Amino acid sequence: MANTSTISAEPSGAKPKPFITWERAVVYTVLIVCALFFLLPLYIMIITSLKSISEIQGGNIFVPSSNPSLAAWEKAWNSACTGLYCEGIKVGFWNSIKITVPSTIVSIAVASISGYSLANWPFKFSEGFFTILLLGSFIPYVVMLYPIVIITRYLGIFSTLPAVVLVHTIFGLPIQTLLFRNYFASLPQELFKAARVDGASYWQIFFRVFVPMSVPIFTVSVILQVTGIWNDFLFGVIYAGPTNYPMTVQLNNIVNSAQGGKAYNVDMAATILTGLVPLTIYFISGKYFVRGIAAGAVKG
Amino acid sequence: MSITSLPETDRSVPLNRNRRSALIALAGLLVAEVVLGSIWKILPQNSAVSPNVFTALMFLMVPPILFFIYDAIWGIKSRNSKMASYPMMLIALGVFVLGTLWTVMFSFTNIKIIPLFTPADWVKGFVGLANYKRLFNTSRWMDCPGLTKAFQSGWEFKCAGALPNMVTYAVLSIAISVSLGFLLAVMMDQKIRAEGVFRTIFLYPFALSFVVTGHVWAWIMSPEYGLQHSIRALGWESFSFDWIANRDMVMYAIVIAGIWQGTGFVMALMLAGLRGIDDEIWKAAKVDGIPAWRTYIQIVLPMMKPVLVTTFVIVSSGAVRIYDLVVATTDGGPGISSDVPTRYIYQNFSANLGQSLSASTVMLVAMAVVLIPWIRVEFGKKSQA
Amino acid sequence: MSYSVSVKNLTLKFGAAEVLKNLNLDVEEGEFIVLLGPSGCGKSTLLNCLAGLLELSEGQIHIKGKNVTWAEPSERGIGMVFQSYALYPQMTVRGNLSFGLKIAGLPKADIEARVQRASEILQIGPYLDRKPGALSGGQRQRVAIGRALVRDVDVFLFDEPLSNLDAKLRSELRVELKRLHNRLQNTMIYVTHDQIEALTLADRIAIMRGGIIQQLAPPQEVYNRPVNLFVAGFIGSPAMNFLKGAVVDGGKAFQVGNTKVSLEGYDGGTNIERPKAILGLRPEHLLIQPEAEAGMTIPAQVELDEPMGADSLVWLVAEGHQLSVRVPVENRPKPGATVHLKVEIHKASVFDAESEQRI
Ligand SMILES: Nc1ncnc2c1ncn2[C@@H]1O[C@H](COP(=O)(O)OP(=O)(O)OP(=O)(O)O)[C@@H](O)[C@H]1O
Ligand SMILES: [Mg+2]
Repeated sequence: MANTSTISAEPSGAKPKPFITWERAVVYTVLIVCALFFLLPLYIMIITSLKSISEIQGGNIFVPSSNPSLAAWEKAWNSACTGLYCEGIKVGFWNSIKITVPSTIVSIAVASISGYSLANWPFKFSEGFFTILLLGSFIPYVVMLYPIVIITRYLGIFSTLPAVVLVHTIFGLPIQTLLFRNYFASLPQELFKAARVDGASYWQIFFRVFVPMSVPIFTVSVILQVTGIWNDFLFGVIYAGPTNYPMTVQLNNIVNSAQGGKAYNVDMAATILTGLVPLTIYFISGKYFVRGIAAGAVKG
Repeated sequence: MSITSLPETDRSVPLNRNRRSALIALAGLLVAEVVLGSIWKILPQNSAVSPNVFTALMFLMVPPILFFIYDAIWGIKSRNSKMASYPMMLIALGVFVLGTLWTVMFSFTNIKIIPLFTPADWVKGFVGLANYKRLFNTSRWMDCPGLTKAFQSGWEFKCAGALPNMVTYAVLSIAISVSLGFLLAVMMDQKIRAEGVFRTIFLYPFALSFVVTGHVWAWIMSPEYGLQHSIRALGWESFSFDWIANRDMVMYAIVIAGIWQGTGFVMALMLAGLRGIDDEIWKAAKVDGIPAWRTYIQIVLPMMKPVLVTTFVIVSSGAVRIYDLVVATTDGGPGISSDVPTRYIYQNFSANLGQSLSASTVMLVAMAVVLIPWIRVEFGKKSQA
Repeated sequence: MSYSVSVKNLTLKFGAAEVLKNLNLDVEEGEFIVLLGPSGCGKSTLLNCLAGLLELSEGQIHIKGKNVTWAEPSERGIGMVFQSYALYPQMTVRGNLSFGLKIAGLPKADIEARVQRASEILQIGPYLDRKPGALSGGQRQRVAIGRALVRDVDVFLFDEPLSNLDAKLRSELRVELKRLHNRLQNTMIYVTHDQIEALTLADRIAIMRGGIIQQLAPPQEVYNRPVNLFVAGFIGSPAMNFLKGAVVDGGKAFQVGNTKVSLEGYDGGTNIERPKAILGLRPEHLLIQPEAEAGMTIPAQVELDEPMGADSLVWLVAEGHQLSVRVPVENRPKPGATVHLKVEIHKASVFDAESEQRI
């Protein structure tokens, strides 16, 4: 019965499949078109940053430079003007580092301990406080901006680094606490009980039992916080003060400073540079990033 | 715990321990206060650290001290937990509750730049709804001349201003990104090749700052040398794409940038939701001979309701807040035709605080309206459990 | 007076729900107590109270004569073993065993010696440097027991320690636990769902229902003289047969349907008549015989039988009640046959139908 492909052949073995069905074709076409739409700005950003101004003015936005150069990148980093000075976006880069590192550490420290308390050591009204936090995370920031201005003024830290750190801690707290609370609540309760029977205290349980087994959630949390804080614009503008403006604010100032015509290539180079840190984190940590944003959506 | 029912000897042991540790902690706090106090004394008097800092720190320490005294007497449990949660409680009450209340309360007063926040200030400055009346008479906030003549003949719907702009942006970006995100998620769920690559591509804009997104799209859509210029240069002379410079179309330009940034996020949430659906459903539908698209619409979509509601709430709470994207793309231009509430509020902080606070309160109400479906889902779940 | 563990008037509420109600329990030094009861009756809750993991609403707990009602778990001289093992995943077996000792600040040499001893007793020496993830269920549970062992405690608390193991391992570890108890002579309080475990391990069994201890007695007594209908029905598999009837003839006989069974030789006080009573008979306390004996047998019809290896469980209908009787396989009657059941009345139990208490 070899090589029979007649219609009357008895069905046997694997069912023959067409090479590609029209449904598959539609699916792939839509996905590829969408992928092109999503990739387009990245492509344009990169090729624009490699062009010279005359090429931009004379040429086509989609066509890469015939003579690519990194001059615009150099200028964006070192000497682009923000309206006040011409020191490039590197100032903003270092400011962003100065803001992001302490903000991430402080906010995760506060949130992980709060989440641990809520999950394992509940006390009267602890869930009430948590509900307030969750609802608070949906309150538009503007509602609390001025009260926080008053608070930071009163504390004498308005327009300084500590103020931005404080604000990032405050607004990062709800989602981060939720993340940690849900994670610690998902750990077996018996483990917690065993540690208590072993005589471990509140802090010993946290640092010696829970933290070592929570590396994944700390990773997710660091990724969320670093990208979130790096990408922030509003809090930086309001609370950091001009000397501490983060990279996003500096980028905006560079692009908007209209000294001698628009230098699109420098603008795009500065834009890429600003997006580079979160993009790098995203590409390295893909899975954790997805997990982080999904965790934000899973309510407890 | 009824302490009275136990013999005297029995309660001495735990109470002593509580008392001892409470005294140690109290002593520690006192030392901290003294140290802080002396640091303040030796600082130059006109330094950046004002006497207020010291007062504020003292003030912050009052609740924990009271708590310790209470603890020492009653021996309550979870002491460490409460102490460690103090920052969280302080933020929840001090910022989220009091901050919101302050904004709402003082939106009914005529306070100016210098913050006044005692009840006496409130009574003195009370002006009723004056700020709101002014707000809705400000064309920059909301200008809907046709609204009073709604549905009469010759009625033309036209609304401009920060609030309508936000609504336009929210409605369009949510509708498009949620439906496109769901569509993409369904397609990603067809056991396709290179799923990881597609996901990475769809999601990377979400990792970027709105400022970055805004500047890229501003460049692409810039009529001068961007898309319009390039296509005209190719020979299609009549091609026109100048939304970003067009007062009537500028919000749609911003919507495009918003969709580019946010759709991947929706897709990721939806995909997680789809993957969470039991495989048996698919088998059952297949055995019953239901076509896949009907299964998606009639069976899977209703099962995804919680995911949809969550996505909707998250996406819309972001859309209501829109600020950085507008600042980067158009900075409210041309003119003020793409102004949004957050920008309006921020720009009025120094000159016109009453406007800012009343506009903030309006935003709060807008957010509450959006939150209702979420709260209903949450409550529905609890009452079932 | 010195009990090893003594619980006095313990009440525990979760919100409004009273999970343990005014519970009293005294455990002798070196005793093996098993807590048995249906799911949700408060066994784990009681154990957690003893361990200090839950705050009591009312009452006191004494361990070794000391009032530990408000003491921290680690100060009570207890060790606890959990159903899910609850080993610290990031620590090696050695780390797991020594964690509590390190926290207590014991000298290194002392810790080492204790770990060594525990690993010998439990035969976990070869795995000391592995992580729990690389151990089988049985090995993990041994480590969990070891964690309690190294702490040299007076009282061991077990919360269904064998439930996550398969049947074979479970019976192996059961024997090992008994051996451990014989060797250490500690007090052990052990929660289980498994009647075999309860009957084989316990010095005394505490049967709980709804947060109340129904009966606290040695296994044989619980089995033979259950204090009430609940205990009678809960203990024993297959379950006890219940015949509804009355105590008649001035307390001398039990009437079920048209049959009278003499209560002469019954192990309990029945000298008053009761219009409503229940006669409880275990399947192995009934004998099938072909002919009737006045006042000793009940006529019955054979329905079907279930051979179970050596024995067969025969189901019959007698006076409108379904009964099961255990007989050797070779003696089982044919379905449909009419037989007579001889009642071993000295092993039976009679309950008042109203109060459900044994008479
Ligand atoms: N943290 C809690 N909050 C409220 N109710 C609880 C809590 N823990 C237990 N309960 C309730 O207390 C009762 C007793 O629970 P417990 O865990 O002691 O039962 P158990 O006898 O151990 O059951 P099982 O055999 O299933 O383990 C149950 O009805 C349970 O629902
Ligand atoms: Mg239990």
